[in-house]
Amino acid sequence: MKFEHYGIGIAKGLTVTLRHLFRHPVTVQYPDQRLHTSRRIRGNELVWNEEKCTGCATCAQVCHIGAINIVTSPSRATNTYTVEKYEVDTGYCIMCGLCVEACPFKALYMGYDYERAKYRSGDLVQTKEMMMTTPEKHISGYFYPELATRLPMQTLLLEKVKEEE
Amino acid sequence: MVIKTEPIILNIGPAHPSTHGVFRMRTTLDGEVIVEMEPIFGYLHRSIEKLAEERTYTGFIPLTDRLDYLAAMSNNLAYCLTVEKLAGIPVPERAEYIRVIIAELQRIASHLIAVGAFLQDCGAFMTPFLYMIREREKILDLFEMVSGQRLTYNYMRFGGLSQDIPDEFLPALRKFVDQMPSYIDEYDQLLAENEILLARTKGIGILSRETALNTSASGPVLRASGVEWDIRHADPYSIYPRFEFKIPTGMVGDCYDRYWIRIQEMRQSVRIIKQAMKQLPPGPVRSTVPWLIHPPVGEAYAHVEAPKGELGFYLVSDNSIAPYRCHIRGPSLINLTALRDMVVGWKIADAIVIFGSIDICMGEVDR
Repeated sequence: MKFEHYGIGIAKGLTVTLRHLFRHPVTVQYPDQRLHTSRRIRGNELVWNEEKCTGCATCAQVCHIGAINIVTSPSRATNTYTVEKYEVDTGYCIMCGLCVEACPFKALYMGYDYERAKYRSGDLVQTKEMMMTTPEKHISGYFYPELATRLPMQTLLLEKVKEEE
Repeated sequence: MVIKTEPIILNIGPAHPSTHGVFRMRTTLDGEVIVEMEPIFGYLHRSIEKLAEERTYTGFIPLTDRLDYLAAMSNNLAYCLTVEKLAGIPVPERAEYIRVIIAELQRIASHLIAVGAFLQDCGAFMTPFLYMIREREKILDLFEMVSGQRLTYNYMRFGGLSQDIPDEFLPALRKFVDQMPSYIDEYDQLLAENEILLARTKGIGILSRETALNTSASGPVLRASGVEWDIRHADPYSIYPRFEFKIPTGMVGDCYDRYWIRIQEMRQSVRIIKQAMKQLPPGPVRSTVPWLIHPPVGEAYAHVEAPKGELGFYLVSDNSIAPYRCHIRGPSLINLTALRDMVVGWKIADAIVIFGSIDICMGEVDR
């Protein structure tokens, strides 16, 4: 095909590339520099509140992967269920968050932290003790907006990039 | 002296960098010219339609993210619309508006990847792709803000959304829609008059209007061939009739038209988002729907204009907690059937460009 002004289009494109040289970088050096994730991040772990949990097993019913394993025993004296075993295999879990939304007693939360890689697949199973709320464990604000306000604001690339004047 | 040539068979793929996933083109070549092409797929089959039958209706929403993973929100929307049609679930006004905003943002994000990957197939190594990834990153930031995840959002529910947008979402979105048109202008400046791009795409891989209609192609592939068919106009769903936007159509149906349509659709999407933001009402975002729904016996088909074309879900209910049958009409698979008509007669290098211009996602082709 024929072009009347050969090379003009490429030169125009190169001006865009040149302008790009003077822009603020948009990437960060990940392990050293970290951005704040979303306040609603669905991190690779579940946080479980033992006091609020009644052992109704709604979470295990809703989980379509079948990653939640819960064993309860009834105690006649107090008319409650005792949770004997509560395990989540995070190797199977796809972090969809449906269990957190379904929990009728607000006893289950998503974790805020990530980077939960392990060397053995058996280590990925979270037991009851590992899931309990501790002071150093961060809870994500997923489905609980009141918890989200405690977390730092998400770093947005939109605000990081300075628009050229 | 006459040179005698014999056709040879060349397999492009299944792990070729330009095949956008595990896709194989078995081409019969005469010299460098393709005389026959057979697409072979199925390497990524995960039996998602069958998995739907053994899950509850709600439990299938996270799996729809994994169909077309570059446009997961559109898949969510299509599935939720189908179940809402099947079970007659109302959707609050505010949720409808947020759905439209999210779906249009997803269209921009998917088109950015489509255009970027297409240009990479043309030979522009990485530069335009990274420019477009930069803008897509801003959209992913917004999605992360509302849903908590960057790729598999699982944000929409029957009768609304999983949760309301946070307070910081709308200022960030306003900033984004203000910036985005200038970036689209920048892409135009970078590419629209680039002689190399024009030489590689103008007049290459023409899909005629008749062939496009006969293969029931949809989305930008169909509109590039000059058919003004957009489900947002032709069979409006959600609240699209309230917005004003144009349907860009091509004249020739070549690779350049398919590229150009995507750029124009991004501008229209920004327009829709601006209108939706102005009209966004307050109120609830989720109607009360039980976790286990038992839709009445019957069947429903609902479709949306996903970034790649018409995405439809067909569900049959037998009044149990799981669908009796779920069929997914993915645009990538149907558009891929037009590939043979486009590449035969062109050279190998053109076949890569033509394949890139269709914009397929193998997760949706194989399902």
